[in-house]
Amino acid sequence: MSMPTPEQAILKSGSEGAVADWASDRETFHVPWGKAMMWIFLLSDTFIFSCFLIGYMTVRISTPVPWPIPSEVFALTIAGNSIPLVLIAIMTFILITSSGTMAMAVNFAYRGDRKKVVWLMAATALLGASFVGMQAFEWTKLIVEEGVRPWSNPMGAAQFGAAFFMITGFHGLHVTAGVIYLSIVARKVHRGDYEKKGYAIVEIAGLYWHFVDLVWVFIFAFFYLW
Amino acid sequence: MVYTPIADSDDPHALHDPQSFISKYVWSQDHKVIAIQYALTALSVGLLALVLSGMMRLQLAFPESFTFINPSNYLQFVTMHGMIMVIYLLTALFLGGFGNYLIPLMCGTRDMVFPYLNMLSYWVYLLSVLILLASFFVPGGATGAGWTLYPPQAIMPGTPGADYGILLMLISLGVFIIAFTMGGLNYVTTVLQARCKGMSMMRMPLTVWGIFTATILGLLAFPALLVSAIMMTLDKTLGTSFFMPAVLSMGADAGYTGGSPILFQHLFWFFGHPEVYIVALPAFGMVSDVLSVHARKAIFGYRMMVWAIVAIGALSFVVWAHHMYVSGMNPYFGFFFATTTLIIAIPTAIKVYNWVLTLWRGNIRFTVPMLFAIGFIFTFTHGGLTGLFLGNVTVDLPLSDTYFVVGHFHMVMGVSPVLVLFAAIYHWFPKVTGRLLNTTMGKWHFWLTFLGTYSIYLPMHYLGFLGVPRRYFANGTSDFMPDSVQTINISITVAALIVAVVQLLFLFNLFWSLKHGEKAGSNPWEAASLEWQTPDTPPKHGNWGAELPVCHRWAYDYSVPGHATDFIPQNEPHNGEDSLEEMSAHPEEDH
Repeated sequence: MSMPTPEQAILKSGSEGAVADWASDRETFHVPWGKAMMWIFLLSDTFIFSCFLIGYMTVRISTPVPWPIPSEVFALTIAGNSIPLVLIAIMTFILITSSGTMAMAVNFAYRGDRKKVVWLMAATALLGASFVGMQAFEWTKLIVEEGVRPWSNPMGAAQFGAAFFMITGFHGLHVTAGVIYLSIVARKVHRGDYEKKGYAIVEIAGLYWHFVDLVWVFIFAFFYLW
Repeated sequence: MVYTPIADSDDPHALHDPQSFISKYVWSQDHKVIAIQYALTALSVGLLALVLSGMMRLQLAFPESFTFINPSNYLQFVTMHGMIMVIYLLTALFLGGFGNYLIPLMCGTRDMVFPYLNMLSYWVYLLSVLILLASFFVPGGATGAGWTLYPPQAIMPGTPGADYGILLMLISLGVFIIAFTMGGLNYVTTVLQARCKGMSMMRMPLTVWGIFTATILGLLAFPALLVSAIMMTLDKTLGTSFFMPAVLSMGADAGYTGGSPILFQHLFWFFGHPEVYIVALPAFGMVSDVLSVHARKAIFGYRMMVWAIVAIGALSFVVWAHHMYVSGMNPYFGFFFATTTLIIAIPTAIKVYNWVLTLWRGNIRFTVPMLFAIGFIFTFTHGGLTGLFLGNVTVDLPLSDTYFVVGHFHMVMGVSPVLVLFAAIYHWFPKVTGRLLNTTMGKWHFWLTFLGTYSIYLPMHYLGFLGVPRRYFANGTSDFMPDSVQTINISITVAALIVAVVQLLFLFNLFWSLKHGEKAGSNPWEAASLEWQTPDTPPKHGNWGAELPVCHRWAYDYSVPGHATDFIPQNEPHNGEDSLEEMSAHPEEDH
């Protein structure tokens, strides 16, 4: 049997065609290695966050002590009015905005506009850093003012603090790692390190960044809104 | 200029050629050196686990005879033996050792796609092993919670190592998972994206399919273990209550409330069951190749074998709670998980039939690797059949936590993969070192190991039917255990010690043959797959000399009609002979 050329593989239809597509020689997905690897890593990371969230939901059901009401716990008093979830709303907005600047950076990277790439990646990293900063503020407020600890809290079930610090902490580490990663790549783009290899790395870093964003949306939905 | 990464490069000097002894053998980025580092570390730590099992057997056969084994020690030996064998030996050796060595050679690449990451993977693995070993020396010693580490007992006073041992175990597992992820991403990406010209997925040897699928399972299953390790560490150190319900300890409230111990079991087994196949699938792949080469026949039903591997991998994620029939979970769960468990028997049985049919009318050469491979078919079938007992809820309930379970999983997950490991070591040693292992020593090693394991594990099934519980330091006297239990325990121990000593013969053979073994040449078994077609043996850095190989056929062209030799290497172009690959793909058509 001779090697199927890509054209022959396309000609086959149905399940056989799908198998032929996937089974072509050299590479299965027509993407750079780094990008393939990042996708696989993110799939693995998805399982980590899923386990965290399922664990959180399970203990929330298993504990006999009432669960604190998140919209009250995460309210800020601004100008005398208690506004529920205002800080989280701002943090979420910032993180989603940073996905926008990241997407623009990827676009300019493939156009070869290095200067704009560097600026947009720096903006993304700054937005990410401010997200982490606000998270630090939120943690401080909960620990110092509200008396929430991983093992107990005055509002109700002890698992509230435990799950909160563990999950937002693990996500915050991901954002921090992302800020460092983006900064390193931005610096290398600035130096022109990728002129020879091409700018797929910007897209790969972007994949990671969008993933961290997406995970936040789930944490937001399941922890703060439930 | 188009950038060509090194694994695809035709220029071997594009690789960072090692400059010194240190960069060649210690901080090496060559997948072959990393594979050997992984293998030696895994074998050393496995030897320790073997010694631990010997101590357990001594205690069971001759209770009160050994003052250095007390109940705490015994539980620590049980725990560490299990964890080391499953994770630090089998997982590391199959994927880190054989995966690293064989994937690039069988796929026709110069190295893994990210060699630096690959090197890090080994060193982080070594770190996890050192942390694990350190737990023997902290106050209270290693954890004795059993390899499943179930809370609440794993972190409560009264369990050996509940202070520091369990923490070091959890940290070591976390570090191991990081190491595995770095290696695993490499293996999967290399198989998917870096194969040589002509090497389609459906031409890959089954070894690569097994390792590839197992690695994907690992990348998706280890996260659950990581998360449960993090949660238990927090429960232990910060006093959170993820897994801890309100419990009394030594008469006092332990300070926990509202956690779910069953959550740990679900997370652990969501990892733990795929882990069985992380170990088994590479073994399935390798044994297929060894059987095919030494029977001088194409593997029977190659495509079916591939799909069976993939199907088993997918199904392994939906059977985990069959380890939890006695946990008190909803009985309807038991119904669902018993059904999925028995469905797995279908692709697994397909594989066993295909192995046997590969031997059918083959030109079998009873070499040492072939003996081990055939031995595997026996032990795996027996272990698999007892799995059918344990997969059914009503049969499992009385057998749970007895020696029947110990016998079952040691046959299916202990002995079977280890026999394949031996087959693989005897089979690929000539490629790694250029010399064959000694056959006489090898045959002694096979027969004593094979018969020895049967004399160890078959009686255990009987003990299980009697209701003898596992993990007990001493059985004492009771109405349901006849005196023969002790006699059987002594005979099991004698067999176990003999088998353990025989492994020393194997180790001696490894070192002796390194220097005095018969020179192998590049292809001593006359095998068709790509790793035997390297220009140098052992393969040099970069594997393929000046030019990357081109793959023209599948890995199983043995005894092709009308061809002068009884095998055709994968990189030999077609020359008008019949195509076994085409016949295997479309058996219904007339050729």
